[in-house]
Amino acid sequence: MRVFPETDPEPAPAAGRGRQTVLALLCAAAATLLAPLPIGLAAEDEKPYRIASDGVVDWYTFSGFRRYHADCHVCHGPDGLGSSFGPPLTESMKTMDYGDFAEVVINGRKAVGTAQQSVMPGFGENRNVACFIDDIYAYLKARADGALGRGRPKKEAKPPEATERDNDCLG
Amino acid sequence: MMYRLRRIGCAVAVLLLMPLAASANDELIELQKNSANYALPTLDYANTRYSELDQINAENVGNLQVAWMFSTGVLRGHEGAPLVIGDVMYVHTPFPNNVFALDLKNEGRVLWAYKPKQDPDVIPVMCCDTVNRGVAYADGKIFLHQADTTLVALDAKTGKVVWSVKNGDPKKGETGTNAPQVIKDKVIIGISGGEYGVRGSVSAYDIKDGKLAWRAYSMGPDADTLMDPEKTTHLGQPVGKDSGTATWEGDQWKIGGGTTWGWFAYDPDLNLVYYGTGNPSTWNPVQRPGDNRWSMTIFARDADTGMAKWVYQMTPHDEWDYDGINEMILTDLEIDGKPRKTLVHFDRNGFGYTLDRATGELLVAEKFDPAVNWATHVDMKTGRPQVVAKYSPQQNGEDVNTKGVCPAALGSKDQQPAAYSKKTKLFYVPTNHVCMDYEPFRVSYTAGQAYVGATLSMFPAPKADRLGNFIAWDAAKGKIVWSNPEPFSVWSGALATAGDVVFYGTLEGYLKAVDAKTGKELYRFKTPSGIIGNVMTYEHDGKQYVGVLSGVGGWAGIGLAAGLTGDSEGLGAVGAYKALSNYTQLGGQLTVFALPN
Repeated sequence: MRVFPETDPEPAPAAGRGRQTVLALLCAAAATLLAPLPIGLAAEDEKPYRIASDGVVDWYTFSGFRRYHADCHVCHGPDGLGSSFGPPLTESMKTMDYGDFAEVVINGRKAVGTAQQSVMPGFGENRNVACFIDDIYAYLKARADGALGRGRPKKEAKPPEATERDNDCLG
Repeated sequence: MMYRLRRIGCAVAVLLLMPLAASANDELIELQKNSANYALPTLDYANTRYSELDQINAENVGNLQVAWMFSTGVLRGHEGAPLVIGDVMYVHTPFPNNVFALDLKNEGRVLWAYKPKQDPDVIPVMCCDTVNRGVAYADGKIFLHQADTTLVALDAKTGKVVWSVKNGDPKKGETGTNAPQVIKDKVIIGISGGEYGVRGSVSAYDIKDGKLAWRAYSMGPDADTLMDPEKTTHLGQPVGKDSGTATWEGDQWKIGGGTTWGWFAYDPDLNLVYYGTGNPSTWNPVQRPGDNRWSMTIFARDADTGMAKWVYQMTPHDEWDYDGINEMILTDLEIDGKPRKTLVHFDRNGFGYTLDRATGELLVAEKFDPAVNWATHVDMKTGRPQVVAKYSPQQNGEDVNTKGVCPAALGSKDQQPAAYSKKTKLFYVPTNHVCMDYEPFRVSYTAGQAYVGATLSMFPAPKADRLGNFIAWDAAKGKIVWSNPEPFSVWSGALATAGDVVFYGTLEGYLKAVDAKTGKELYRFKTPSGIIGNVMTYEHDGKQYVGVLSGVGGWAGIGLAAGLTGDSEGLGAVGAYKALSNYTQLGGQLTVFALPN
């Protein structure tokens, strides 16, 4: 997980940490291995996203917005608001930490009853999601925290290390 | 002696012909002629969805009342319509795809219920809710196309499984949503999964035993697409060798999309079956150069062999997810003073097409929503839409947000079928009035995982105070005759009747009846949930009924909770687009209407 201390205007050190996490996710794809990594990392004053006073978000949060609206929104609705069959993540993410989030995204979740059947697939093997799990987490946390409104956020330029990361991970 | 032998020979020949003459086709044609039935998921082979019943008419429809209701017990999007054959109604549900046979002589008592066991892992590989568009009937059997692609034939009297066959593999993202259509001795189904890199195909199974008779892919070598390089034509020209791979880079056609989840039309005189293919995979056009044939294509195939007679690709190299699967409506129209056997198709891309259905000649291609801006027009010689550079995600490139494209990916119209009235000669079309921003980006393919590659946001068309219209269309001229504004997209299939009434449902849950000539609203009733099903009608004991499934969901359900964002420029009337959840909630009900006794 990438964290931006609220006082720190520079996002640079974050990218490296993000990549490590992603690689761990891809290699392991198992929740047990994930647990020690991020839990407890985020202190109160640390956020996985960075939003400037003019509303411009860091690239990774924007990337999360984009990937969310490709692979997640068909069930969880536009802007994380839920659909007729998927829960609103703007609510769920208020109580989920990075470990919970990664566990569900990677392994999926099932709630099959008589009137309604709700099944989330595991995305551990889907690079379009797994490569961007930190980004998606950052975006959804920003939404759940109320720090980011609906719609497409204004973004900062894509840093070269993000391009490198994407290419490395997508293969 | 010779004489006698010849007579015997003749008798043998007649005997051999007999089973053919009394095929399921004839049975279905007879059942269709009797308007008391609703025998096909499309009502008729021509897909006009026009009923001769006229007991309920423009004069008295205002007195309509609810006659009875039935809860399906499932709370997901309910598309399609039940069938009625004689005294029995057959009602289907979304996943788990239960089927109920209801006794119309006995106030809808359940005669039998079929409840298949399916692996719930199929649920998340259905792109847009777990919808199912209905069952088909023939030869004493009910045919059900399950989510997990199992095609099952049930004994119509008992609900017992007669045979069952697997058409695809959900682990690769292949799913079943469309209604089967029985043509002659075969039952025809398509496949869903265009967002999962599935290679689309249409398959014909023998109604007796479920044996595969033919399968025709949307792309691939000629042996897969069932195309003859010389005899199969595209706008009058032979398609040439391996046209289903020639416009793809490398092996991309193998995960090329072009799925076939719409409706099937059939012309018994020409013996041709008609359907459309969906978007090419992925949604990122930059990643798949070429025309991507034969995605986005209208197909005319021989019903016996599956061989393609003609094709017409509406949107070469799709850049907007304008799936070409919407229904083909077969009517005889007068074009420029000449009677033509026509095929009319309202495409997701916003153009209403009229073609000669015998030859595939393009006769009319006009916008049926004035908001459509991605192309200026269709070149009638080449059949190609003239794409506007500003609205082209391909030309703007990856990682660039192309803004203000109309229509949005859900199209000016989606799968919800239009109707045609023989009396008014008008088409009644449920439409969306929605535009989008579209940003493509690089994705990688993993079997069974979504393969989308674009993010998009949708909003009302510029200056619009609504998201939908229900329109009457003159297909000979390519003109809108009247247009009724609807606050939300119209996601319910229409029904036209000889009583000069047209019915449709709305996302808030209203069943509406309008005057076929003027569009004036004559009746509305709010059912328990949003309507994405198709309105149907039947007659029992001399009384006409109108039925519709409620149960909001499908692609429309994705926006149920959210509503639309307020920051798009098109949002003129603020507050007009409160979330759909302010109007309706989940449900699963059949509501049947009739005039008071």
